[in-house]
Amino acid sequence: MSNDLLVLDQVRLDIPAGRDWRTLVENVSLTIAPGEAVGLVGESGSGKSMTARSVLRLAPPGARLSGRIEFDGTPVLDLGPRDLRALRTRRIAMIFQDPRAHINPVRSIGDFLTEAMVTHLSVPAREAHARAVRLLADVGIADGERRMRQHPHELSGGLLQRVMIASVLAVEPDLVLADEPTTALDVTTQSEVMAILDDLRRERGMAMLLITHDLELAAATCDRIAVMYAGRILEVQSAETLVQTPRHPYTTGLMVSRPSIDRVAHRLPVIAGRPVAAFEAGAGCAFQPRCTQAGPECLTGRPPLRELAGAHVACVRAEES
Amino acid sequence: MSWPLFLARRLAALVAVLLVASFLVYGLLYLVPGGPMAFLLGNRSGSPEQIAAIRHEYRLDDPFLIRYFGWLGDALRGDFGQSLVYRQDVSDLMSTRLATTGLLVLYATVIIVVAGVGLGVLGALRRGTVDAVISLVNSIFLATPTFVVGVLLVIVFALGLGWFPVFGPGAGLPDRLYHLTLPAIALSLGSAAFLARITRASVGEELRREHVETARSRGFSQSHIVRRHVLRNASIPVVTVTGLTVAGLIAGSVVVENIFALDGLGSLLVRAILQRDFAVVQGVVLVLVTAFVLINLAVDVCYSLIDPRLSPGEAT
Repeated sequence: MSNDLLVLDQVRLDIPAGRDWRTLVENVSLTIAPGEAVGLVGESGSGKSMTARSVLRLAPPGARLSGRIEFDGTPVLDLGPRDLRALRTRRIAMIFQDPRAHINPVRSIGDFLTEAMVTHLSVPAREAHARAVRLLADVGIADGERRMRQHPHELSGGLLQRVMIASVLAVEPDLVLADEPTTALDVTTQSEVMAILDDLRRERGMAMLLITHDLELAAATCDRIAVMYAGRILEVQSAETLVQTPRHPYTTGLMVSRPSIDRVAHRLPVIAGRPVAAFEAGAGCAFQPRCTQAGPECLTGRPPLRELAGAHVACVRAEES
Repeated sequence: MSWPLFLARRLAALVAVLLVASFLVYGLLYLVPGGPMAFLLGNRSGSPEQIAAIRHEYRLDDPFLIRYFGWLGDALRGDFGQSLVYRQDVSDLMSTRLATTGLLVLYATVIIVVAGVGLGVLGALRRGTVDAVISLVNSIFLATPTFVVGVLLVIVFALGLGWFPVFGPGAGLPDRLYHLTLPAIALSLGSAAFLARITRASVGEELRREHVETARSRGFSQSHIVRRHVLRNASIPVVTVTGLTVAGLIAGSVVVENIFALDGLGSLLVRAILQRDFAVVQGVVLVLVTAFVLINLAVDVCYSLIDPRLSPGEAT
């Protein structure tokens, strides 16, 4: 455990809702080794984004975050404001889903790229500019000098997401949190942007936590995959074995409900019902109401994550499926 | 579109607005019951010779459009005709008063922007007690009419404490500013409170934007985020409200001018209307319209400087 870069242990996140608390993330335990890419897969509202934000303590105001989050041996939840900022500036960087909303629209691309270098790393403005142009070239933007003078509204979504990736590379962090980095993009640019991110990350030896609802994308780019549902992790396996032998009925459901180019289906199989958030789930297994394999034992208590033939799975009937 | 073209188009629009406004200002006075003759004669009934003399002096026998263009041509050269009451050039009557009102409005604008934006930002950043106190004070200022504020200021600071003069415009710039302090405060409190509300809402909204979350995730300090990523983004509604407020102050200064016995443009206009001194009314209204249009132009230019998406000069 000690050589892990990031350790999440029993992480729980509640947000205030009137007088009550609503649980968004519950009992999440996950590790990432240096240079490793871990995919966190789940539907909207499963708590995957909130889990990633918890690592940087970017939870919504008033939220209650508990459990243990350790980055490179440092307990993140105990950090003071100064140390937390240092962690955010140098060690962990985040790529957000919608670059158009997540990059300040009134400042130039050049400002966005050099801001962190100039402010945090005390790089002289001229050198920061040159470095930013090189970074733009690294992410496949050739006319960097011109782009530096432009503003976000003059760039396409794909270009902007590359700018976002360049800004993350600029501070050379140890861990990249990528929150659905390609979801807001055209299908054609999705794979391009993902390839750039994956290549540059490997080159620089950065670890990555990739948050996505796209199981196939995660399988293609990540070493290990964790599947989340209703704020809990249902299954963790290496990417290869997960695709071959999914252990949890939910993972199986996710895999068959995805359209494929070489398999013509008149109607895609879907997982019946709608996804629930952690605070909406009943007493038993949160996935039980939608599960095709559910039996009476699924109604008694949340199944814990347990080891099964090299995988970790939270299903009492995992052996049977 | 480039900056020179943008400015040229804005200025052309400005000229068009002024032309229409001047036509309305000039024409509307002729629609008032009785027509200009009733103004000029007042309650007297003039002899036919007198009437003919007046008609000739004021060119009332000419067709309306010729009169209008004659008046407009003179106005462009700074000649707004003669006041019927004072028997003085309207431009002379306006120039000294314009300086007083202009200085008063400028002074009040500085107070409104500094206090309004300052308190608004403070309220947005320090949610809790500070915000609650500021909101309460704002509500009180918003609900108190200018004339009440003015009278209270005179009672407390001029008569009671004796820190400021009770009335008069003063002579020389420092003395004039000293004399205008209480009037400017009276004029600005309500607007400053209004601007503080707008600023607070706008800054509060901007603080919740996604790009601010990005800045937080990159480890910037709160003060850096506010300076670099919140204030400029939040300033569009602030500039809009400031522009409208200042434009309103020019005409609204009349109440304050009366309380503090300042001979300004507002009081000149009100007196001229009451005395049916229509050359003065036309002149003052035209000046007010010009000021309004110029302030709107300034606001538009500010928009373009603040937000590149509204800017004519793209770096392409």
